[in-house]
Amino acid sequence: MTAVLQSQALSKRYGHRPALADCTLSIPAGHVVGLVGPNGAGKTTLLNLAAGMLSPTSGTIEVLGGKPGSGPAQLAKVGYVAQDTPTYAGLTVADHLSLGAHLNPGWDAPLARERVGRLRLDPRQKAGKMSGGQRAQLALTLALAKRPELLIMDEPIASLDPLARSEFLQSLAEFTAGHQVSVVLSSHLVGDLQRVCDYLIILVGSRVQVAGEIKELLASHRELTLEDLVLAYMSRAAAAAGREPVQEKRR
Amino acid sequence: MIWLTWRQSRAQIITAAAALAALTGTLFCTHPALVRLYNTSGVPTCNANTNCATRVTRFLDELSGITPLLYFICIGFMFAVPAIIGVFWGAPLIAREIEAHTWKLAWNQSVTRTRWLAIKLTVVGLAAVATAGLLSLMVTWWSSPIDQAVSLHPRHGISLFRLGAVLFGARGITPIGYAAFAFALGVTAGVLIRRAVPAMAATLAGFAAVQITMADVIRQHLVAPVHAIVALSAANIYGIGNTASGGMLVQARPAVSQTGAWILSSQVIDKAGHPFQGPFTQACLGRNFAKCTASIGQLHLRQRIAYLPASRYWTLQWRETLIFGVLALLLAGVCFWSINRRRVN
Repeated sequence: MTAVLQSQALSKRYGHRPALADCTLSIPAGHVVGLVGPNGAGKTTLLNLAAGMLSPTSGTIEVLGGKPGSGPAQLAKVGYVAQDTPTYAGLTVADHLSLGAHLNPGWDAPLARERVGRLRLDPRQKAGKMSGGQRAQLALTLALAKRPELLIMDEPIASLDPLARSEFLQSLAEFTAGHQVSVVLSSHLVGDLQRVCDYLIILVGSRVQVAGEIKELLASHRELTLEDLVLAYMSRAAAAAGREPVQEKRR
Repeated sequence: MIWLTWRQSRAQIITAAAALAALTGTLFCTHPALVRLYNTSGVPTCNANTNCATRVTRFLDELSGITPLLYFICIGFMFAVPAIIGVFWGAPLIAREIEAHTWKLAWNQSVTRTRWLAIKLTVVGLAAVATAGLLSLMVTWWSSPIDQAVSLHPRHGISLFRLGAVLFGARGITPIGYAAFAFALGVTAGVLIRRAVPAMAATLAGFAAVQITMADVIRQHLVAPVHAIVALSAANIYGIGNTASGGMLVQARPAVSQTGAWILSSQVIDKAGHPFQGPFTQACLGRNFAKCTASIGQLHLRQRIAYLPASRYWTLQWRETLIFGVLALLLAGVCFWSINRRRVN
């Protein structure tokens, strides 16, 4: 199987501060990948590099065989839902679907309409008047109806209440079950990831600690639950870093 | 992308079109009466040496109702509209997207960010240029009888002439250049400052500063002036003063016979070509001004004058518009550069 995301010694610095260091990854296609790690570990940076929103300081990254964000064709292959699931407050749900249709050659209008109907979003409602959960669903709909080969989501559920979070993951799981799409989503809620993900990357202190299929990771650490496994890697990384507190970094 | 840009900015473009239509209606309603008054006033056939002053004064005094007010309101509009375009169309164009994080949504559709910016700049920029252009066309057309009358009698209380600091920027094609520049300045401020309200304030301050600098400092250098040395006529002397060294300072109106010329400098010089600095003539130590000026007339002084003739009006208009157009393109270049190297905040 080909890799959806392949990186070699990928690093990103903001000034002197490393946000991502020496990241070598190869994520096979067809997985729903969970990216976990504490705040400031570099999750957003890695995802932004993959979407082409950032360019690396050093190292290389290839997504679906191309340079991220390198042109319309590459942009069309990657769907991206940003951290705060931004939408245009002054535009209605229908306007957002028009936006998607006008800006994406591969736009799947029936899929978008069907999702909006099933989620009971009012097409005439302005995004600014919707709840956070509805906005997240709208942003997800835009990214899905673009029919990407890879869907990248940066903590899409972090700001949602438990019910909205559950609905969001449910609709994501339904979509990935029915379509040929790879997904990378970040979260610090391991329990949520376990529901939808079959592949896990643990990122601590701007370094990748482990990456692999969840099934295999659990098989090799027989005594642990996924939650314990993540915690074990995180504390081991913290200890290795000389007990330096993990840098707090909010975007 | 054109659809999205139109959807996002249609409210402001429609508002501008409605305002323009309302003004056009007002101007069309008042124009016939203005033209009738102008044609019957005798101003078009007046003789500059004899009766222009009285005819122009009478014509201007006879303007009634909303017309005189409208004349000055239109001048105000000509300066306000480019500023409004820069502040309310330019500055928020990208800054709002940055503030609301919607650029992350926009940049992840199947459209490159360069194209995204290009379409936004083109659609809204063209609307800005069209608004200013149509406004200037309307106002220049409507005001022409009054502008013409005022220029025939330059010493009237309303001392406006086409090459003057006020009218030059409020007529012809320069407002198009101002609108393009103000818009580009606003967008650039938004891209660099990344917050709409501070960007709006910066745009207003920056645009005002550039316009004042252009009118006061740069414009006079855009076209080579005409230099003339003419004999000083006693009739043009309007004041006598002291120079710093205690000599006699003669103040005289520049003897440029053409109407509408823009006098850049005017100096009284002696036979050798040096600025005249006295000494006081005997007659000028007395009280009689007429005797004094007559005695100065005997000194064979001359005036050295530099001026832009009214015939250079369109050359100057084109050059100034071009300068603002080029500045707008340079600012657009800064926006493209900044957008493509921008990191996620």
